[in-house]
Amino acid sequence: MRYSALRILKEGLTGNRGWQPAWREPEPKPEYDIVIIGGGGHGLSTAYYLAKEFGERKVAVLEKGWLGSGNVGRNTTIIRSNYLLEGNQPFYEFSLKLWEGLEQDFNYNAMVSQRGILNLCHSDPQRDAFVRRGNAMRLSGADSVILGPDEVRRMCPYLDHESARFPITGALWQPRGGTVRHDAVAWGYARGADQRGVDIIQNCEVTGFDIRDGRCLGVETAKGPIKARKVAMCVAGSSSRVAALAGMRLPIESHVLQAFVSEGLKPVLPGVITFGAGHFYVSQSDKGGLVFGGDIDGYNTYAQRGNLPVVEDVCEGGMAIMPMIGRARLLRMWGGVMDMSMDGSPFIDRTHVEGLYLNAGWCYGGFKATPASGYCYAHLLATGQSHETARSFRLDRFRLGAMIDEKGVGAQPNLH
Amino acid sequence: MIINHPLLGPRDSAEFVVLGDACLIDRPDGMNATFEELHDYAYVRDNPAGEHRELWYHEQGDRSWLVVTRSTLTHEVIKVDLARDVARARGRSR
Ligand SMILES: Cc1cc2nc3c(=O)[nH]c(=O)nc-3n(C[C@H](O)[C@H](O)[C@H](O)COP(=O)(O)OP(=O)(O)OC[C@H]3O[C@@H](n4cnc5c(N)ncnc54)[C@H](O)[C@@H]3O)c2cc1C
Repeated sequence: MRYSALRILKEGLTGNRGWQPAWREPEPKPEYDIVIIGGGGHGLSTAYYLAKEFGERKVAVLEKGWLGSGNVGRNTTIIRSNYLLEGNQPFYEFSLKLWEGLEQDFNYNAMVSQRGILNLCHSDPQRDAFVRRGNAMRLSGADSVILGPDEVRRMCPYLDHESARFPITGALWQPRGGTVRHDAVAWGYARGADQRGVDIIQNCEVTGFDIRDGRCLGVETAKGPIKARKVAMCVAGSSSRVAALAGMRLPIESHVLQAFVSEGLKPVLPGVITFGAGHFYVSQSDKGGLVFGGDIDGYNTYAQRGNLPVVEDVCEGGMAIMPMIGRARLLRMWGGVMDMSMDGSPFIDRTHVEGLYLNAGWCYGGFKATPASGYCYAHLLATGQSHETARSFRLDRFRLGAMIDEKGVGAQPNLH
Repeated sequence: MIINHPLLGPRDSAEFVVLGDACLIDRPDGMNATFEELHDYAYVRDNPAGEHRELWYHEQGDRSWLVVTRSTLTHEVIKVDLARDVARARGRSR
C-alpha cells in the first residue's frame, strides 16, 4: 500500500478500515542468501538497499527484541556531515544526501528536518580548527558556514555570549544538518524492505554461528538454525558479544550514552546547538521537548542506563551555555549501549571467516550514518567490493596504521 | 557507583577516571613481543557482558591505581584491589 495525502483522505472518509500492518510477521525459512543479524536502523537499511538497489531476493533480518528496541529508538536524532578526516567526511556527506531523498524513496514520513546544526566555539584556536573543518566539509561537497559572534547572537540571543570563562567567539554552522524522527526511520526501512520480499523476524536472537573450515554456513537462533550464503553482523552495542560467538575479539568497548528530554515548550531553538567547551548539545523536538545530552559515562557497560555524575555534568554544560534551560523541567532520561571503537570510527568489512561480515563501531554517531551504512554494507555484501565512501572502515586498519581518529586521542575508547 | 577504595573506604565513582580492561597491566615486552601481541594489547579487548576487571585511577583522591572487578550488566562493584598488589602478584616489579 502506498501512503499519500489522497490515501489519508480516502481512509478518513471510509472509516479508516483499509489500513494494513506496515510489514508482515513471517516465520523464518530454513535458508536465505543473506541473513542480517540485528533489526536496528543499520540492519533494516542494509536489507532495504540489498533488495531495492542490488536486487537481492532472499534476505532475512533477525532481531533479538522488537524493531527499534536498540539505539535506533534511543538516540537524539541528529544528522550532519561535519567531519574533518578524509576517511569519514565523504561517507557522512553521502549519508546526508541519502537522508535528503529518503522519504520519497521509501514512501514514509520520517520527518527529516534540515533545521541546521550550530557548533559553538569559545576561543581563537578553536575557531581556526572550525575553519579548517568547514573547508574539509566543502571539499567533500557539503555545506558549511563560519559565523562571527554577532551572527550567533542574532540567531540565538538566549545563549550566554559574554560568559567570562567561555565567551562565544563564533560558530561552525551546517544549514543542511538537522534532526529526523528516529523510530520512523526504522519503520520506514522495515516497511520498504518487507514490500520487496525481505523477511523481518522479531524475537529471534542469534545464539551461535555454524562455522566449518573457515566458512560461515548459517546461524543458530532462538527459532532454530537458519542457513545462509552470507551472514552480516549489524548489532550496534552488542558487536563484541555477537562476534565472540564466532570466536572473534574486536577493537571495541561497550559504553553507555544518556539522553534527556524536557517537558514540551513553545518553539525556542531553531536547530541543533553544541557547546564547544564542555559536553552538551541540545535541539527541540517537534513536540516541543528540549532533547539534550553530553558525554558517555566512560566505563564498560551493557546495562542500558547510566549514572548520576554524567547527569550532573550534562546539566552543568547546559547551564553554562544556555542558562534559561534551568527553568525547564526534565521529563524523561534514558541510556543506550554503543560500540566505542579504538579510534572512534566504524567498521564495514568482511571478517577472517568467509561469508561472515561485520558492521560495527558506530559510537555515539551512528544514527546519521543509517542510510549510508546500509547502502555501503549492502554494496559490500552484494558486490564483494567496498563502496567508494566506506573503503577506510576496515577491520584491520590498526594493523596497517590507518586509523581514522577524528579527535586524535589514540586507542582510548572512552575519550572518543 | 560507589568504589570501595582499599585504603580510603567508599568513594564516589565521579572521583575516578577509567582506563579500561585490567589486562593492560600485562604489557608485552616491547623488545621481544611479536607484532600480533603488541597489536592485540593496544587495540583488541574482550569487552565481556558480566564480570569485568578494570583499571580505575583515583585522580581526585589519593592518585592510586585500582583494579575494580565490576559487573557490566548490573554495575555492581564486586571487588576492589590496589593495582600495585595485583601487578606484583603477577610478577611485575614496578
Ligand atoms: C543516547 C544516545 C544518543 C545518540 N544520539 C545520536 C545522534 O544524535 N546522532 C547520531 O548520529 N547518532 C546518535 N547515537 C548513536 C546511534 O543511535 C547508533 O550509533 C545507531 O543507532 C546504531 O545503529 P543501529 O540503529 O543499527 O543500532 P540498534 O538499533 O541498537 O540495532 C542493533 C540491534 O541488534 C539487535 N541485536 C543485538 N544482539 C542480537 C542478537 N544476538 N541477535 C539478534 N539481534 C541482536 C538489538 O536488539 C538491536 O535492535 C546515539 C546513541 C545513544 C545511545
